[in-house]
Amino acid sequence: MTAPADRHSWLVLALLLVLAALPLLAPGYYVQFATKILLMGIAAMALNLVVGFGGLVSLCHGAFFGLAGYVLALTAPRYDPAALWWSLPFAVAAVALVALVIGALSLRTRGLYFIMVTLAFGEMLFYLFQDAGFAGGSDGTFIHYKPELAVAGLTLVDLEAPAQFFWLVLALAAGVILLLRHLLAAPFGRALRAARDNERRARALGFPIYRLQLGAFVLSGALTALAGYFAAAQFGFVAPQMLGWHLSAILLVMVVLGGLRTVAGPLLGAAALMGLEEVLKLATEHWKLVEGLAIIGIVLVSPAGLRRLATAAFGASASGGEHLAAPPRSTAEDTTATDRSIRHA
Amino acid sequence: MPDIALRAENLERRFGGLRAVAGVSLDVRRGEIHAVIGPNGAGKSTLINLLSGDLAVTAGDILLDGRSLRRLGPDRRGRLGIGRAYQKTTIFGASSAFENARLAVQARAGRPLALWPRRRAEQATDGLAEAALAAAGLAARGGIRADRLSHGEQRQLEIAMVVAGGAHVLLLDEPLAGMGTEEARTITALIRSLKAGRAVLLVEHDMDAVFALADRLTVMADGRVIASGSPQEVRRDQHVRTAYLGHGDPG
Ligand SMILES: Nc1ncnc2c1ncn2[C@@H]1O[C@H](COP(=O)(O)OP(=O)(O)O)[C@@H](O)[C@H]1O
Ligand SMILES: [Mg+2]
Repeated sequence: MTAPADRHSWLVLALLLVLAALPLLAPGYYVQFATKILLMGIAAMALNLVVGFGGLVSLCHGAFFGLAGYVLALTAPRYDPAALWWSLPFAVAAVALVALVIGALSLRTRGLYFIMVTLAFGEMLFYLFQDAGFAGGSDGTFIHYKPELAVAGLTLVDLEAPAQFFWLVLALAAGVILLLRHLLAAPFGRALRAARDNERRARALGFPIYRLQLGAFVLSGALTALAGYFAAAQFGFVAPQMLGWHLSAILLVMVVLGGLRTVAGPLLGAAALMGLEEVLKLATEHWKLVEGLAIIGIVLVSPAGLRRLATAAFGASASGGEHLAAPPRSTAEDTTATDRSIRHA
Repeated sequence: MPDIALRAENLERRFGGLRAVAGVSLDVRRGEIHAVIGPNGAGKSTLINLLSGDLAVTAGDILLDGRSLRRLGPDRRGRLGIGRAYQKTTIFGASSAFENARLAVQARAGRPLALWPRRRAEQATDGLAEAALAAAGLAARGGIRADRLSHGEQRQLEIAMVVAGGAHVLLLDEPLAGMGTEEARTITALIRSLKAGRAVLLVEHDMDAVFALADRLTVMADGRVIASGSPQEVRRDQHVRTAYLGHGDPG
């Protein structure tokens, strides 16, 4: 068995394969735009590991994304490119460590409280970079050279060349899809979904829920960092907005648009949202307003995603839909009370 | 005594001013079914929640083979061999019956959260899950979504999961509640088949089943034990007759 409801990730992988021809066909602008979509898509897929598969709605993933970019900016030499082979793992590890601390504290809460606590931690990081003097404060800071991937002086991938940058990111996106597919079918992923569906039962069976969800949270943060690192490299600039809650919310919209129960759906969600934005920008100066209305429209037409999000945020009773339809399932009402009381014991 | 698997010592649980469980002591022995009966609100489910770790104790202790469980959460107790079926069936409704059983086996396997499982380990897990379903009479139902099973089958599945995880102490909270006669008979037989090598604590309202199954019987009322002993002894007990069995001799 593989992850459920995930038959279409092969389709997305095939799509990525076709997309590899893009730099040969389209002008550079579109190649860079596609790169941007892929990077946001990777971040959205990473976020969905905790939101869709873990049932935990996080609002600090924007901070993980931006933080990775800041780590690149702060560790890069001023007049030379950073060496990718160590600066990327360093950025990912640094963000994973931050995710470990934030997750360790946030995962003591559930539902709305989890959303609020992760939001608060994300905003703390935002203000840290906004107000502190280093890294350019609210102005942000430039990354003058793209990181360099070279072995013994021989450049393997030239990130200054948009096509090569694109291909690298394309391969990363495919790799993330395959990795997530694998993990979700592995005992780890099965346990994660079990804890989402019925935490009380999963716990009674003996699954260490806290460790499980913390592991997922850190992994998700690390994959988000991967996207953030390359996004900052592509942009050549980092600023505090890159780690604000607004970005977290956009990632969440991509997840909902693409489908919470699919591995590659959020990547499609990213493409849909960013494509829409691009078209609207050309059509009207009130594009943000129209975009907002369009998102509301799309979500209302296919409410399953939103309902699942509400389930994660407010518990099964709030969603109204599928969970209540199933007869004698988990008892969400008294679960939370008893789970809490033992955690304080 | 070596055959005592689970022991409650002066267990107490308060909810605000209410003493839902007020100083309960009892032993559950290996190879025995110990039934707990009592009117609604007597504290039976709360007692099970204390033993399983779903609720923290206010006072008293719980010993599993002599080891105190008081500070351990439900997951640790699960891994130590305590398995629990809830008064309201608690399974993974959106997963197949087989997946439910497999999760139960996985939870107590060597690496329950493995990222890169070995094929051999996965095959072993699958095999044990199939066996657990078969033992619970659900061999042919493995592919069905759990919430599409009948009420009785869901109960069978929950018990199968508890056993699949390798639990040797079973806490069953009203497993026959809401069952038809036929379903009740199936589950009664299933429970009887479980006691070999295991200690079973059975909370149940169905007196026919209780007297058919129980090796030992404890009666609770208002959070306290009002009688305990063999089913015959308890049946003769005058307190119990007035407090609980008052309206006629059951069985
Ligand atoms: N989580 C809780 N919070 C407050 N009171 C509770 C809680 N759980 C049970 N009680 C109360 O404790 C008493 C015993 O309940 P319970 O253990 O469910 O009884 P039984 O299972 O014997 O019917 C009841 O009065 C019940 O209202
Ligand atoms: Mg009860």
